[in-house]
Amino acid sequence: MTNLETGQDHCLLEVRGITKVFGELRANDAIDLEINSSEIHALLGENGAGKSTLVKMLFGSLEPTSGQILWKGNPVTIASPGQARALGIGMVFQHFSLFEALTVAENIALSMDQNVSIEGIAEQAAVLSREYGLPLDPHAHVADLSVGERQRIEIVRTLLQNPELIILDEPTSVLTPQEADKLFETLEKIRAEGRSVLYISHRLEEVQRICDRATVLRHGKLTGACDPRAETPASLARMMVGSDVKSVSNKGGKISDNILIEANKLSAPARTPFAVELKDIDLTVRAGEIIGIAGVAGNGQSELFDVLSGEETVASADDVRICGSSVGRLGISARRLLGAGFVPEERHGHAAVSSMSLSQNMVLARHRSDADTFLTGGPLKIIRYAAVREASERIIKEMDVRMSGVDPEAESLSGGNLQKYIVGRELDRQPSVLIVNQPTWGVDAGAASRIRQALIDLAESGSAVVVISQDLDEIFEVATSIAVINEGTLSAVEPASQMTLERIGLLMGGIHGEDTDMEASHAH
Amino acid sequence: MRIELERRPSHSALFSILSPFIALGLTIIAGIILFTIMDKNPIDALYSFFIEPLTEVWSLHELAIKASPLILIAVGLSVCFRSNNWNIGAEGQFIMGGVAGSAIPILFHEWNSFLVLPMMLIMGMIGGALYASIPALLKTRFNTNEILSSLMLVYVAQLALDWIVRGPWRNPEGYNFPESRSFELQAVLPELLPASGRANFGIVFAILATIVAWFMMRHMLKGFEVSVLGQSARAGRFAGFSANKMVFFAFIFSGALAGLAGISEVSGSIGRLQPVISPGYGFTAIIVAFLGRLNPLGIFAAGIILALTYLGGEAAQISIGLPDKIARVFQGFLLFFVLACDTLIHYRVRFKFTDRTSSSVEGA
Repeated sequence: MTNLETGQDHCLLEVRGITKVFGELRANDAIDLEINSSEIHALLGENGAGKSTLVKMLFGSLEPTSGQILWKGNPVTIASPGQARALGIGMVFQHFSLFEALTVAENIALSMDQNVSIEGIAEQAAVLSREYGLPLDPHAHVADLSVGERQRIEIVRTLLQNPELIILDEPTSVLTPQEADKLFETLEKIRAEGRSVLYISHRLEEVQRICDRATVLRHGKLTGACDPRAETPASLARMMVGSDVKSVSNKGGKISDNILIEANKLSAPARTPFAVELKDIDLTVRAGEIIGIAGVAGNGQSELFDVLSGEETVASADDVRICGSSVGRLGISARRLLGAGFVPEERHGHAAVSSMSLSQNMVLARHRSDADTFLTGGPLKIIRYAAVREASERIIKEMDVRMSGVDPEAESLSGGNLQKYIVGRELDRQPSVLIVNQPTWGVDAGAASRIRQALIDLAESGSAVVVISQDLDEIFEVATSIAVINEGTLSAVEPASQMTLERIGLLMGGIHGEDTDMEASHAH
Repeated sequence: MRIELERRPSHSALFSILSPFIALGLTIIAGIILFTIMDKNPIDALYSFFIEPLTEVWSLHELAIKASPLILIAVGLSVCFRSNNWNIGAEGQFIMGGVAGSAIPILFHEWNSFLVLPMMLIMGMIGGALYASIPALLKTRFNTNEILSSLMLVYVAQLALDWIVRGPWRNPEGYNFPESRSFELQAVLPELLPASGRANFGIVFAILATIVAWFMMRHMLKGFEVSVLGQSARAGRFAGFSANKMVFFAFIFSGALAGLAGISEVSGSIGRLQPVISPGYGFTAIIVAFLGRLNPLGIFAAGIILALTYLGGEAAQISIGLPDKIARVFQGFLLFFVLACDTLIHYRVRFKFTDRTSSSVEGA
């Protein structure tokens, strides 16, 4: 292992051989980590590599099984987040803990250990947000703010504690490219003041762009400590994944004139106060085409998926057409019978029931489309588990699903393996239409490339595919055409070859991002 | 020091099977302690609780009479609970089943046909099912909490029964007693083996219901639908199952079985309508359903055991003068130990000793 410490740096936080055991799982196995002052240190690893476990121990929410933490050279025990804050460690979580009904200043006040007046906090927050280039109106209600702005609240809230080390957990996973750029500027200001940042991510380009050093975890073990700028994305990926990630081949098959998916001025009202209204969505997908729908989370992706899949029906039958039939009023089973397959975003509790076995989860999605093989006994509808298990084993083999035991429960599989099974469950039917939402969310790189390849192969065999994804790399990798969803409106579909990252970024943040920025600066 | 329940990485299949027996053993040990404290001979007490009711044929018949309504109701409730619908009003559906089924022998008491009894049973099931569909309708239409609405309808049913036997359906030749006409022979559920005791066809219904529910939950797509919607409504929607239809199915299924239990009790054991027709079967059946782990076969066993503790309580009251509240305490022990054993199969208890330095700062 190389030690890249330069002479003037001194060690702010050192972790020696830290280990955390859950039952029989070694989530962290003898991890060493060194963070110097005024550096941005990356913690890299796939989902499930043990990044969150390590960070939770540093922030006092988990107790290490063994190992030592040194803060400025002195051994410390961090028993609670309060103690971590007292030492000078602040954390910005991936999932924000904000009250939507309260204002920015009120939310910040709630997290303060001392008693400060709301006005005092509003002033401090305004000063800080100006200093660090984080435009934020302390009196705005959180419910009205975009995700990027909410993250700024969390960052300002952390900065108010005057920490020497700030931990950021996957901060850009919810941001547009433009918002991410602003965040990077802020991080550089923080570093310039002599504070340190522990930056958790699995996005390699970002890490190479802003981080001074990187620590890489894989399966709970340390696999590398390096200078990310001296590495290539491929070499970093190898440390994360263990072997070279197979790249996806996209030859681009023939696109026919046969329209398989059609949405005509499709609108749907918001079902809950937090849902997004869909407005006049036009979409046509031909056989052989993969349409990638990009967008920042929460702009109507799951609502669009629901109306396309038939989990929610719309007012007029003609608004949605699948394989030439008007299906707007039909439910998901009827649409499956027409040859459509669906992969929702959430694996647990939507695409699969966690506590049920894989073969039961096969019945879940295919009891109607495969009624001839899976059911018997006429109106009694007796499930033939032998036939179901046979189909299940076929998919496990086809998609290389790794698991322990025969026909285990869905919850015992890792995210990537369960996702391979869920995608394989649909592909096995050779659907002429496939609609997938976030197909590789939280999935390791190996499984992700396998899933993407399967989507491309399906389109090449003459099916129409819609891929809704927040991952722009994924969209560019698989899509033949790209559209962007923003606040429930879909932009015009454009060929992938003519789309650029910048253009997508503008469409994604689009009107929404500019609007709120203006509001925030007006407030002063 | 802190006590924590830590989830076990895997649970032992052997202990999952043994758990109810361990629980029974612990209940007996706790019972021995309890009886000793009360200055009763524990051997005598346990004998009269668990053995005496089983020694004579007539008391086996009594056991069947007590167990069959519990099993019928609990089997229906298990399907309902598995679908994540919480029908707490089986007592009311039991009463309404009894009332609806009694309409025929009370209003048409001169009608003599072999059709009377089957029609009464069908009316009883319809009565229970309709009464159970009220909370289902409220839940699907107005998003009402079904626990509260089904529970409150129990009291409505009890008062309705009270009114009907004192008012319109009072026996005109009954010297103003608050009772209906006694049922004629064709309206009485026949006894199974009249020579040895008074157990009626109710136990046959209980056995049939157990088998049907077991088969449905184990082998049929309907049972699969029940489990899927019970565990995740979202996944159920993805599968194309309707959560609203399931609410109705679950309530109507459990209501019909409770209604069947009600009319069987009225027709088989009581022989007329009276202001009170249930000693709380509908509520005890909730315990039976959970003791049987919401599995129809387990519920059959649990129903027998709980009925035994009722009979045993009565026997102990007579033979050694044990207060009848003790029978309730005993049932409480049983439920407690079963739940505790089940929990400890999935979790282990950990005592955490924290030293002073790390517990000194407790943060927000």
